[in-house]
Amino acid sequence: MIDETLVQLLTPEGERISHPDYESALGGDEILGFYRDMVIVRRLCNESTSLQRQGQLALWAPVQGQEGAQIGAGRALEPMDFTFPSYREHGVAWCRGVPPEDMLRIFRAVTTGGWDPQKYRHSVPTIVLGNQALHAVGYAMGIQRDGAEEAAMTFFGDGASSQGDVLESFVWAASFNAPVVFFCQNNQWGISTPSTLQSKVPLYRRAPGFGFPGIRVDGNDVLAVYEVTKRALENARTGNGPTLIEAYTYRMGAHTTSDDPTRYRIDAEVEVWKHRDPIERVKALLAREYHVRSSTFDEVTAEADLLALKLREDVLAMGPPDPISMFDNVYADVHPLIEEGRREMIELGVSGGAH
Amino acid sequence: MATTTMTMAKALNEGLRRALEKDKKVLLMGEDIGKLGGVFRITDGLQKDFGEDRVIDSPLAESAIVGTAVGLAIRGYRTVCEMQFDGFVYPAFDQIVSQVAKLHKRSDGVYTMGLVIRLPFQGGIGAIEHHSESPEAYFAQTAGLRVVSCSTPNDAYWMIQQAVEHDDPIIFCEPKSRYWEKGEVDLDTPPHGLFDTVVRREGTDVTVIGYGSSVKTMLRAADTAKSEGRSLEIIDARSLAPLDLGPMISSLEKTGRLVVVQEAPNTASLGSELVATLTERCFYSLRAPGIRVSGYHVPYPPSRIEDAYRPSVDRILDAVDRVMGYES
Repeated sequence: MIDETLVQLLTPEGERISHPDYESALGGDEILGFYRDMVIVRRLCNESTSLQRQGQLALWAPVQGQEGAQIGAGRALEPMDFTFPSYREHGVAWCRGVPPEDMLRIFRAVTTGGWDPQKYRHSVPTIVLGNQALHAVGYAMGIQRDGAEEAAMTFFGDGASSQGDVLESFVWAASFNAPVVFFCQNNQWGISTPSTLQSKVPLYRRAPGFGFPGIRVDGNDVLAVYEVTKRALENARTGNGPTLIEAYTYRMGAHTTSDDPTRYRIDAEVEVWKHRDPIERVKALLAREYHVRSSTFDEVTAEADLLALKLREDVLAMGPPDPISMFDNVYADVHPLIEEGRREMIELGVSGGAH
Repeated sequence: MATTTMTMAKALNEGLRRALEKDKKVLLMGEDIGKLGGVFRITDGLQKDFGEDRVIDSPLAESAIVGTAVGLAIRGYRTVCEMQFDGFVYPAFDQIVSQVAKLHKRSDGVYTMGLVIRLPFQGGIGAIEHHSESPEAYFAQTAGLRVVSCSTPNDAYWMIQQAVEHDDPIIFCEPKSRYWEKGEVDLDTPPHGLFDTVVRREGTDVTVIGYGSSVKTMLRAADTAKSEGRSLEIIDARSLAPLDLGPMISSLEKTGRLVVVQEAPNTASLGSELVATLTERCFYSLRAPGIRVSGYHVPYPPSRIEDAYRPSVDRILDAVDRVMGYES
């Protein structure tokens, strides 16, 4: 146990523990489903890192270590809810149904978005830290005005938690009692900035100061994250206002493939967190309590390998867009400078290529 | 034709009222805009008539006003955000430039950012610091945004409605020093499109282009010039991004001389853009280089000396003398 305020339903060893406020009523099939999600997301993440190392992606932001937080939160959502991610929410995107190849388009630098955000009810990646928190609150204000029983949820990290937009979004959400859930993955590091520099109090304890509850959950315990998020979403949908969830987790990999964490953190810390892995503890639970066989685990691994292979093929087939497409969708209506630029490019016969 | 006389402030108020009546998805949000009616009373009485859910008194944080308007736009609402003063828009700059301007593109056209950011701008009201600035060029340079400015009550009444109906995000610059000046408003028919440049007075010697509060100063300069035997063509740009170059080019083909007037400093300004673009387009018509009459490259001065900073009739006429002084 990291600290006594942490909501945890499953120890790192995969043993259930009770909590006064939360319990998991999930059956073996559902837990196996979470296991499958986490294994696939990790496998796709590792494939993406390889693709970057092989020069096929401009960048990759690994999610390794945070699968429990993202799958627990992602699976707690209802289809009509709307989510506002940063750029590392591959597990949430997976839960929302975004095709893996679409998640990689932005990292292959063939688009600045990647998927239809209304189709999946999962907004496009936000790279500027914390901007999306305000979008979620605004969206939630729209839900209120429509009288709908839906919720908005936004994802950000400890790295974004000092941004004015995140703190302003707390004020707005509280003042308007907006149906929104703030899901902060405290993965301990914002590139090289430790979370201890971001906040002198545990992040979840900021929320009461803004006028709504905050809760810290073991982000590597998918069962706990699921239950905590489900209840927060339910509270939002039923007019009981916002919640800040701090999912206490760890970024096992680098910030991005451009980062070198050996310059600022010690191996011993990483080793400690290896023992808190979100996947291993669920696997242990499934084997012990539900007698899931190793052949079933092998099938999941094989499925993840196949998906990774498909992802690789999809990415390699992803060519650069026609340069002329840069003029599309800048404005919703006709704009003379767009027409002028497009005309010039056509006349020059530009087709991309070396500079 | 129903026309009535009202101030620009009242015209904006009536225009917003009509926008709220026409479309239930239209919301207003800003600081002190509800019970108080805004520090300039532009939204006076609107919360009383349309309710607190549609005319929203917000906490005091500009980034959040714009950022939540983005979320509301994704949900299908059209929010008119009021920035209390030009100098207070900068906390929202990040949301405007990184999100409002780019989400239509980033979502491949799925999101429309049909929101309006109202910006009382320019000086001339004897205010203290941060209440008299001209930040329009920051926004005009950003692809994805449109920037317009009204200069008469009739334009204010119609342009605000046209801006609300438009699917692109619009920075709506209101010349606050003209809020209390009266003019005729035609309640039936819009005089022009939102992005149309308008010739306010025809002339033959020099084309003078400006926008917002400068237009009235330019018209005064034209009166004085006329008494000196010079004929100025006064053009109200209205749309700062995109520029409506057609009427400007036609005018320059006639006069061959260009003066641009703005309260913003010269460097990388709308005035610079106008002179450069019109020189490219009208090179063989020009009989003199285009001259900018602008604010100086200093922070907006204490308002007791702001008249020495803002383009005056004298400074415009001096520029007219200079462009008339070139032999051709």
